[in-house]
Amino acid sequence: MGFIDIFSQQLVNGIVLGSFYALVALGYTMVFGVVKLLNFAHGDLYMVGGFAGFLILSFLSPFIGPGWFGVAVSMVFAMIAVGILGVVIERVAYAPMLSAPRLSILITALAVSLVLQNGMLTITKGQYVPFGSALGFGGVNLGSLFISYNQMILVGVSIALMAGLEIFVSRTQYGRAMRAVSVDKDMSRLLGINVNRVIAGTFFLGTGLAAAAGTMAGAYYGSLWYFMGFLIGLKAFTAAVIGGIGSIPGAMLGGLILGLLESFGTQLPGVGSEWKDVFSFSVLILVLVFKPTGLLGKPEQERM
Amino acid sequence: MASETVLELEGLSAGYGRIEALKGIDLKVGRGQIVTLLGANGAGKTTTLKVISGLVRAQSGKVRFAGDDITQMDAHTIAQAGLVHVPEGRHVLKGLSVRENLELGAYTVKSVAVRKQRLEEVFAQFPILKTRANSDGSLLSGGEQQMLAIGRALMHGPKILLLDEPSMGLAPKLVLETMLIVKRLNEAGTTILLVEQNARLALKLANFGYVLENGVIRLSGPAAELRSNPAIVQAYLGT
Repeated sequence: MGFIDIFSQQLVNGIVLGSFYALVALGYTMVFGVVKLLNFAHGDLYMVGGFAGFLILSFLSPFIGPGWFGVAVSMVFAMIAVGILGVVIERVAYAPMLSAPRLSILITALAVSLVLQNGMLTITKGQYVPFGSALGFGGVNLGSLFISYNQMILVGVSIALMAGLEIFVSRTQYGRAMRAVSVDKDMSRLLGINVNRVIAGTFFLGTGLAAAAGTMAGAYYGSLWYFMGFLIGLKAFTAAVIGGIGSIPGAMLGGLILGLLESFGTQLPGVGSEWKDVFSFSVLILVLVFKPTGLLGKPEQERM
Repeated sequence: MASETVLELEGLSAGYGRIEALKGIDLKVGRGQIVTLLGANGAGKTTTLKVISGLVRAQSGKVRFAGDDITQMDAHTIAQAGLVHVPEGRHVLKGLSVRENLELGAYTVKSVAVRKQRLEEVFAQFPILKTRANSDGSLLSGGEQQMLAIGRALMHGPKILLLDEPSMGLAPKLVLETMLIVKRLNEAGTTILLVEQNARLALKLANFGYVLENGVIRLSGPAAELRSNPAIVQAYLGT
């Protein structure tokens, strides 16, 4: 393969990977925006979303098939179910801690992460679970570049979800209220906004997006594992930081950049794919040192 | 005070932790009036407004608005009922455009038609906001931000407006302009409770005044009387 071929193939891989990162990073950044919490359980909600999608698909596939249509329907149900789980977690675990010192709520988030992971470990006994989707292997050849239909659908769905979110946040009163709550809670209350409800809605949306990514990842890679959320949680956090945590377009951009950096980084001489994670987290450290506000972040934001 | 009472405080006390900021305040605002609350820094003026609008919980006493006891209500419910508080420092929402700030002022208004009409009215009243409609609200000058804060409050369609130091940090010419806006709003029928550093101007506008000192009402009376009260002249009006 020539240079151009490798370049374009890695470009496709990077965009696919970046879509997952972006979807998960969005939830991270939205939750951080409204409650200033780094929700370390967010990656695990992606994992739970994968299992929820799997469970729903195994019920539905006799009726609607295990193809992309079946996966898409299961994804929507998984988004709703896990979205509700996200709201329950916020109400039960985080809401009572919101006025406590910041470290307490951070530790709570770690605890929630452990509960979700170990809960799933117990249920699955640590085994990989085949997702049960049948997506086929078709695709399009562009010269020597191969793009599978699965990759196209996955990226297309991710773009549609992100565009939907962007329109929701910028064009609707509820979306504006979300942004208002993230900059000034007391003023939001004076405007008649039910701040607690907006926070719950934000958890629902953010967690729902993670569940969408989890279901799609399960269908795309073909299997699920209780620990699959850990690494992507950290990657999504990295993506959110690159874009500027708290910024929604920043999370999308950060996810894409991180996906591309990883897929191209592994092509550098001496940097094999086993160095992928080292590469990502080096980027995180560099961003934190040299541009802690990220690409699109606002400099005055408090962070931890 | 012959007119119907819109807002009434009865023995209102509140504080932060062990600090007692308000110690049993009685105050009344009648429909269509401008009532002003005067006092030195730290006297408890801002706390009074925050307790009324539900941002700070009362420890004892009552707040009645349009006949209903709202003492224990959440801030957003009180705002929905038509009591609109424009806080000190304007609190223009950063990262949201002027138009979005105004739209959020009408968050409790469900009808799109009404929202649109109010937006036109606010734009007519403050043309500068229309020309800057798409810029980030936090990039406006102080005077423009004050207009935005007041315009945003008008988007609610308030039954009563609580204004906390609307002239704070503004150039003298703008202070006068802000006061004229307050006067115009009142003439158009809005009831106003005004907290203001500039006691001279406030007493010129208001029908009635209260003077707060260390969390207690020291004096109250028709604004014209307070203006000529020697104690007020000495403490707040200077010479």
